[in-house]
Amino acid sequence: MTAFFRNFYFFVIALFLALPLIVVAGVSVNQKQTLAFPPEGFSTSWYGEIFLNPEWRNALVASVTLALFSAALAVAIALPLAWFLWRRVAPWANIFQLLGVAPFTLPPVITALGMLTFWATAGFYGQPWTAVVSHAIFFVTLPLVTLSLGFTSIDRSLVEAAATMGADERTIFRTVVLPLILPYIVSGYAFAFVLSLNEYIVAYMTVGFTMETLPIKIFNALRYGYTPTMASVTILFVATAAVIFGLVARFGDLPKLLGAMASDGK
Amino acid sequence: MRREPPKTFGDYAPLLFPAGMLTIFFVVPFGTMIAVSFFQRQQGGFYTPAFVFDNYARFLSAFFGGVLGFSLMLAIAVAVCCVVLALPFTYLLTRMARSVQVLWLVALLSVLSLSEVIIGFAWSTLFSRTAGITNVLVALGIMSEAKALTPSFAAVLTGMVYQAFPYTVLVLFPALVRLDPTLTEAARTLGASPLKAFFTVVVPALRNTITATLIMVFIFALGSYLLPQLLGRPQHWTLSVLITDQAIYQSNMPFAAAMAVFLVLVTLGLVALTVVAGRRGEAA
Repeated sequence: MTAFFRNFYFFVIALFLALPLIVVAGVSVNQKQTLAFPPEGFSTSWYGEIFLNPEWRNALVASVTLALFSAALAVAIALPLAWFLWRRVAPWANIFQLLGVAPFTLPPVITALGMLTFWATAGFYGQPWTAVVSHAIFFVTLPLVTLSLGFTSIDRSLVEAAATMGADERTIFRTVVLPLILPYIVSGYAFAFVLSLNEYIVAYMTVGFTMETLPIKIFNALRYGYTPTMASVTILFVATAAVIFGLVARFGDLPKLLGAMASDGK
Repeated sequence: MRREPPKTFGDYAPLLFPAGMLTIFFVVPFGTMIAVSFFQRQQGGFYTPAFVFDNYARFLSAFFGGVLGFSLMLAIAVAVCCVVLALPFTYLLTRMARSVQVLWLVALLSVLSLSEVIIGFAWSTLFSRTAGITNVLVALGIMSEAKALTPSFAAVLTGMVYQAFPYTVLVLFPALVRLDPTLTEAARTLGASPLKAFFTVVVPALRNTITATLIMVFIFALGSYLLPQLLGRPQHWTLSVLITDQAIYQSNMPFAAAMAVFLVLVTLGLVALTVVAGRRGEAA
């Protein structure tokens, strides 16, 4: 009886989460350019459209490029910071930890508007690289939290042993710390990458008038009516996220990563 | 190797890049936004440096009060719905096999990472007349003809609960994993039904976690900037939507900045208030 109730509850939640995506998946295989469900006919041409139509392809390339660079920059900011906080006793440096978490905690519109006024004042408004920097700051929280967790799990006696054997700081970092922290670097990068790929408001307020990322392209297309390519892009995004998080779960400890994420994120 | 305080300049070197980046590209933009909120707006979308309170004075209108009230009400409704749905769900999830947990976590993360644009599009499709859920109901004979369910308040609320639900589960997850399982076992041994054990043991034990989660989901929902626009009518627009609208379409940066500063203050104020209330509740 209890098991039945639980399974029913989980089924309802699963249905709630999956239903919009099922309908979108159905719509994406319509033969003609109609918004119909159940789909009329079957065609995968709308998936081809993402890569063949130059407008959608450019948006895809822009999104992927942005996500690749901004996630790398976010890790480059987070790694030395997390390492410093682990290696040194410097309570005042925690202020930078707080600054790293703040953009992600505040409503995103605020970070977006701050970036917009900043780039406009600095005179760089609309340059593609400003979006990379903005996303890196916006998502620096994710690698920062995973890396802080990673460092706390390193056994300090390993580092001590290396130091006793005469290794200098640089050698210790390269041969002991880096191999141990690498899984956390990868998962932090993966989280930042997926979220950057999907981000709309910060990208829109920084480079919205000069280039289109996929979320911006979908939103602009929505305002001028409907095209099934939006549906196929949506499914592509969901699949990408599921694959990347699946890989993180496969090669890392996802429950542990998430267990730390919320408690550190506060 | 023990942690040591930094001594030489070289010890500080790793901090330079992160500290510089965060200061230049987060603290300075935040300050710029505050400065712009006091600037004077010029015709044609430009603004000139000044120190005026005009942008803040505009808050004292019935229209603005209505938007603010609606935003807060909507965010509270979303937070309550999400916690009510997610608390039993997360509790049961933490008691399942590890492989099942991982599967659910991957699914929840995938939904959480979705863009608001995509969530809005997916729900507007589901609620549309031609491809929506009403077609299923018609096919089942429950409804006589398909109709559009958006724009409406229910559609906005559903979309936002969809967006915030995975977030709620992930916030609750660590606390529920750490919850001592012997607590419920003891209650069960003493003869409480699983439902009674949940409400009389688990919920009270997690009171502080639940309060903290409500605040976090509330702030998360306050940040929703597209769903009210895509799924609702203009009277369902929230403060976040209004800020975007003023900044992009009305080109009134000073007013948008003033509203953003106000949103930060409201957010921080509510957090502080609840923290104080929580402390008092514990002390009593």
